[in-house]
Parts: sequence; C-alpha cells; structure tokens
Amino acid sequence: MATSAEIGNESTIQIGEHFVPARGKGSRRPGWPVLIAYILLAIGGVGMITPFFWMILTSVKPPPELVNFSFFPENPTLQNYLNVLNTSSFERWYLNSIIVAVITTVSVVFFDSLVGYTLNKFSFPGKNIIFIGMLGTLMIPTEMLIIPWFTMSVDWNWHIGYAQYWGIAFPGVITAAGIFLMRQFYDGVPNELLDAARMDGMNEFGIWLRIAAPLVKPAMAALAIFNFIGNWNAYLWPLILANSREFYTLPVGLSFFRGESTTHWEKIMTAASLASIPLLIIFLVFQRQIIRGIALTGLKG
Amino acid sequence: MRLTLPQRQIIWAYLFLSVALVFFVVIRWYPTILAFNVSFRDWNVFEGSGPWVGIENYQEIWQDAGKPRSSVTAAFSNTVRYVLFGVPTQLVLALAIALLLAQIRRFAAVFRVAYFAPYVTSAVAVAFVWNWLYQPETGLINQALDLVGLPTQPFTKSPAQALPSITAVAVWQNLGFAVIIFLAGIQQIPGLYYEAARIDGANSWQLFWRITLPLLNPIIVYLTVLGTISYLRLFALVQNMSPQGTGGPLKSTTTVVLEVYREGFSSYKMGYAGALTVLLFFLILLITIIQLRFLSRRVEY
Repeated sequence: MATSAEIGNESTIQIGEHFVPARGKGSRRPGWPVLIAYILLAIGGVGMITPFFWMILTSVKPPPELVNFSFFPENPTLQNYLNVLNTSSFERWYLNSIIVAVITTVSVVFFDSLVGYTLNKFSFPGKNIIFIGMLGTLMIPTEMLIIPWFTMSVDWNWHIGYAQYWGIAFPGVITAAGIFLMRQFYDGVPNELLDAARMDGMNEFGIWLRIAAPLVKPAMAALAIFNFIGNWNAYLWPLILANSREFYTLPVGLSFFRGESTTHWEKIMTAASLASIPLLIIFLVFQRQIIRGIALTGLKG
Repeated sequence: MRLTLPQRQIIWAYLFLSVALVFFVVIRWYPTILAFNVSFRDWNVFEGSGPWVGIENYQEIWQDAGKPRSSVTAAFSNTVRYVLFGVPTQLVLALAIALLLAQIRRFAAVFRVAYFAPYVTSAVAVAFVWNWLYQPETGLINQALDLVGLPTQPFTKSPAQALPSITAVAVWQNLGFAVIIFLAGIQQIPGLYYEAARIDGANSWQLFWRITLPLLNPIIVYLTVLGTISYLRLFALVQNMSPQGTGGPLKSTTTVVLEVYREGFSSYKMGYAGALTVLLFFLILLITIIQLRFLSRRVEY
C-alpha cells in the first residue's frame, strides 16, 4: 500500500503516514503525564465499548436474568439467536444489505475513479461547467431529494419487486465527493507515463484501466470501504423505498423488528448484535486501512 | 477524416463522463428542481403531480410555527438545540482525546479502535443499545446509579432529559471520526515549533494555545461544518429512540428531518414536507457560509 501511496498527492498522504506518534512532550519525557494520558484514555475507552459489551452480554442471557441484575450471564445461551433467526427474516435482510452495498460500491469505485481521472487528465470544452455542476451537488442535502426520488421511483416502478434493489441503490451509484477525491489523487500520476502508453498505441480506456487506476489503488480502497460502510448503514432512503419486508435492508428490518418485540430486550439486543457484529468484524480486520483512509481523505463514511 | 489527438481526447473525455453526466442531471439536478417545484404544490406522490398552490405550504409552516406547541416549532428549536449541545461537546472531547492519543505510543491502535468502533455501527443498532442502557428500572446506567446511591433518571422517558440523552448518544457515535481527523492534524505539526517555543520558555499551556490550537484551526472549521450538518440532519437515532418513533415524549426530541418523514410519508402531505426540506437546505447553506466566514478568519496569524 505504501509504495503506490507515495505516488498520490504528497501533502495529503503525509497525514495518513504519520500514524506512529513520534513526537510530543510525552515521548521525550515519559513519566506521570503519559501515565495520566493512559488512565484518562482507558476510562474513556471503557465508556466507548461498554455499550457493545452490554449488547452482546444481554444477547446471550436467558430472559429471567435480565430482571435480576448481574453483569455477566450466569447461564449463557445462544437460544436468543436461534429464536430471532427463526422468527424474523434476518438472513434475507443480510442478503439485501450485501446486494445494495456491493452494487453501490462497485459502481462508485469504477465511475468516481474514471470521472476523477477524466477531470484531471483531459482537456475538453465544457470542463469547468461540468466540474462545477458536479461540485454543486454537494451543497444539496439528500433529505431534499427524497420526495422527488420517491416520485421518480413510483413513475418507473423501482419501488416494487426486485427493482427495489436498484431503487434503494440508485442515489448512491456515483458520488460527487468520491469524484473530487479521486481527481485529486490522479495529480500524482505522471503525464509522461500516459503519453508513453499512447505512443505504444494503447487506447484511452486501457490507459486508465491498466496504467493510471492501479497507481491510485489506496485511494480507491479507501473509497470502497467508506462507501460499503455508508451504504450498509444507510437508513432514511431504504426505509422510504423498500415497501415489503423481503426487501428491507438490515437497519430497516432491525427498526421494524423492535416494533414487534417491544419489551423483550434480550431479543432486541440479539437483533442489534446480528446487525452490527459483521461490520464490527470488518472494521477490526481493516482498522488500520480504515483509520488511515479517514485521516487521508477526511471522508465521512 | 483523421482526427487529431486533441479531438480524439475530447471524444474519449465525453465517453468517460457520459454515465456520470446522465446521473448528475437525472438523479441530482432534476430532482433538486423538482424539490422546489413540489414545495409549491399540493403534491400527490402516486400521481407524480398536484395543483400549484404558490407559497401556501410555506404559509402553513409559518402559521404552524406561530403556534407554541406545534411540531414544526418543536422540530426547528430541537434541531438547533441538538447542534448547540452536540457540536461543541463533540469537538472539545475529540480534541482532548486526540491530544492524549498523541502522547502515547503503546496500545495507541487499541484505543483508536475503541473510540472509532461506534462510528461504523448502524445508528439503528446504536439507538436500541442505548434504549436498553437508559431503561428506567433494568437499564445498566440506572442500575449503576442505584448501586452508588444516586437517584435513578428517566432519560429518554422525560421531556426534559430526552434531547440531551439522545445528543449524548450522537456524540458517542460520531466522536471517533473527529478524533481521527484531529489526531492526523496534530501529528502534522512539526515538532520543531514546540522545541523552539520550549527554548523560549513556553509552558505546555502556552504551547497548546499558541501553537496547537491556531494550527488546528482549518481542521476545527472543517469538523464544525461537517458536525453541524450532521446534527441538522439527525433522524435515525431520534426515530428509534423516541416512543413509537414520533419524536416524543411531548415532541421534545423531534427534528426537522423526522417531521419531513412523518408529514411526507405517514400523512402524505408531500408539498408541506417538501417545503420543510427546502427550508432545511437554506438553513444548512446559511450556517455553512457563516461558519466558513467567521471561523476561518483566524487562520492568518
């Protein structure tokens, strides 16, 4: 990752590469200030992760243990998981979330990268207008577009049957923020390299795909991860568009699940665990790349 | 006829941009215009049209805003409160945590993961976990308060405490993002600055106010703008933490986006909801411009 990252915009890259804290008062004078830092961070850290532990601990408790308070389960069980999986459509909601997140992520990585490249490396009439036209959409909150999107989806029957996958995904298949991120990263790809390929008779699409795009892989990876997380967790639009239970994404399904099991906290915590654990595992596996990617791009997930 | 290289470049450029151009025109700009149009109509989403009513929807909002206990008044004043409570808390905590993280070497990755984990979790799952933590009798927080002899709290069940309780959850969830961005900024400040200031006899307090904080100003502006926008758009947490998802108790937690959802997709008053989204758009635009103007001034020091 580091080798190709070096080609990117250098001033931005450095933000991400400095992750091993090297300087600061603490490193020169270890002692009580560092100790205090550890203590405060540990207290805060416990506060941050206790809700996750409590969610998982509750999900493995038999219902009677919820009332007589004990922090750890006395008779841990996976029965709640079996009950929730048997009585709801969680498998289907997983599938739906995966389908929507994959469609949008593949599309975003392809188009944002290609468009960013075009806006960086080509000169053509209308470039500024197109650039501003895409940049301008960043000012428009998606909340303002949901009513028009819904009207359009109804017009084109994207709100019924399998078309709902497209209906849920379409607002996110290309993103202006991703285009500008990629456009910036293509600064680091030398024009001489592209010209040399042109001399060799390679066509423009091949030049992008085989030469330019591989050089900005780290940025594309960051873009892919954030889009996946963002679309996996998307709530308002899928809630509005999906009109049958079989097409809910996980957050929407989870929200309706609560309505059906109001006071059964062991069931609700089991459902919340089912919905969040896969993403937490993905995060733990890729945490270095994700955190570095955030620092690198300033992108919100 | 043989095309010259620049001519061929123009054709390739438009070919590469074609899908994105269609996307931005059809999925972004056309719906933006439609959003304004809808707000001037008595819109019926299933017919995709409705009679032109001029500014009647806005007049209705204005009249509702005049009534002291209307949902619209509550939505706008609550939304402002979420921003005023949430954004400063989030920034101060994130900066403190980032400063502490910059002091330490060992286990830095563990702490970063702990502070960032809530950010990758679905807001719906987060809402349910905190509903459970906030429960009056059986919730972990009240159990803990009881254990140390403090009075138990109603949290989201009381009109006075519900909004701060939900704000706390939003801060908990979004903190990690701000921490990572601050940390990246802190680590970019050259150690030389601190060494030079120390030679001149500056203490840690002066280093923070004279070097760290002014140099972090662009990041503070960036995070303030992003944070404000995200609190102005608060929806999933509120919908899943208030009784029946209505923004209660007694409208004490409802937000602009929640009212858009309720008016537009429960009561099907699309024109009214559309007018609310247009107001939200101008509110976001106004606040962003003000913040960019006022907060970025101090950069030149």
